[in-house]
Amino acid sequence: MIVMNKTCESLRAAVADIADGSVVMIGGFGNSGIPLQLIEALRQHGARDLTIISNNAGVAEIGIASLLKAGQVRKIVCSFPRSSGSIWFERLYEAGDIELELVPQGTLGERIRAAGAGLGGVYTPTGYGTRLAEGKETKVINGKGFVLETALPADVALIKAHRADVWGNLIYNTAGRNFNPIMATAATTTIAEVSDVVSAGELDPECIVTPGIFVDRVVTQEASRHDAA
Amino acid sequence: MMRLNSDEMARRVAQDIPDGAYVNLGIGMPTSVANHVSDDRLVIYHSENGILGVGPAPAPDQVDPDLINAGKQYVTLLQGGCYFDNAESFAMMRGGHLDIAVLGAFQVSERGDLANWATNDDTFPPAVGGAMDLAVGAKQLFVLMRHTTKANEPKILNQCHYPLTGAGVVKRIYTDLAVIDVTEEGLRVRELYGDNTLADVQALTEARLLPPL
Repeated sequence: MIVMNKTCESLRAAVADIADGSVVMIGGFGNSGIPLQLIEALRQHGARDLTIISNNAGVAEIGIASLLKAGQVRKIVCSFPRSSGSIWFERLYEAGDIELELVPQGTLGERIRAAGAGLGGVYTPTGYGTRLAEGKETKVINGKGFVLETALPADVALIKAHRADVWGNLIYNTAGRNFNPIMATAATTTIAEVSDVVSAGELDPECIVTPGIFVDRVVTQEASRHDAA
Repeated sequence: MMRLNSDEMARRVAQDIPDGAYVNLGIGMPTSVANHVSDDRLVIYHSENGILGVGPAPAPDQVDPDLINAGKQYVTLLQGGCYFDNAESFAMMRGGHLDIAVLGAFQVSERGDLANWATNDDTFPPAVGGAMDLAVGAKQLFVLMRHTTKANEPKILNQCHYPLTGAGVVKRIYTDLAVIDVTEEGLRVRELYGDNTLADVQALTEARLLPPL
């Protein structure tokens, strides 16, 4: 019988198979619940021509902004790219060096959720009659207008959780869950950065937020020590 | 002409937030409404990133870096509060579970159209966040904004010139001059501050205003 252990010993190994041109989801809302060490590993790995799906586009020179600065991102799909300090996004946008797909935040979440749930898309009232619905199919249901928004899957999801067990079950810290649980469901390969990994059975099953079936690899923040060696 | 300052504007909105309401406050001036709700009312604040029961800012040694509000400021959780993911958070919005949302605006039309996410300046990168979801989903959408632009141009218009956040979504407008309801008949003044007259406020409003009932 197999001994299931999704722990990956090194951050570098966890992201080693991310190919050029990949669609990569990155969890987080601002700097809350963002997998900074996996992003740094992806930067060092150097995959290019990436499409990034995330709520924000990074600030200063850390996290997603570090991938923008390194020229690894072709397109970003997000709801709120412009924040105080989002200098790299603004620089690339003004120069026409990055493609932006702007999606209302709830629609971004539902498109991700639809992909993870095997749906083709969802009809949402959000954005109906606005510029962000232009060119999209609409439908009036029970007298109310809806926009068809299609599922948004990814090749890889980089997510951040508080704690994992070796089966890949995850729990989160406070508001750090945000996009992480839904992104976990929507990617071919989901990689979770966590503070620590415990044995199967140590997490209270009533409290598990992300079931392990959605998670392929877990890597602790400690794993960077292996990479330095 | 009496013009309220931003604190007074936020306080006026706070008076209309009922005890026991579930409320989402937009970033900027709307966030400060929470500072003015009287202590004898329980209001449960929703934050789009996945919090119900947002509490005040933490002491500097009590900061949890993951525990932030929509404006990315550190907050706390009230006793009885909870966390959830983005999909559940926006289900609360679109599903009509929030009693009140308070948002800022660039422009509002006489039909209650809201424009608050983009201007017509295409060199400036747009950002929409959760505004469109709140606009369509909250049971009541209140706008809190100055009555005119810095150049003293009207922001309450026959039609919005900026891209819409939502069509026909605004229920009430709180400005520094007056409180105005969006009704079937049109924009009806609910309250004029100080000795402001309907004519004074109309002069700074493009859309036609109906007198208070």
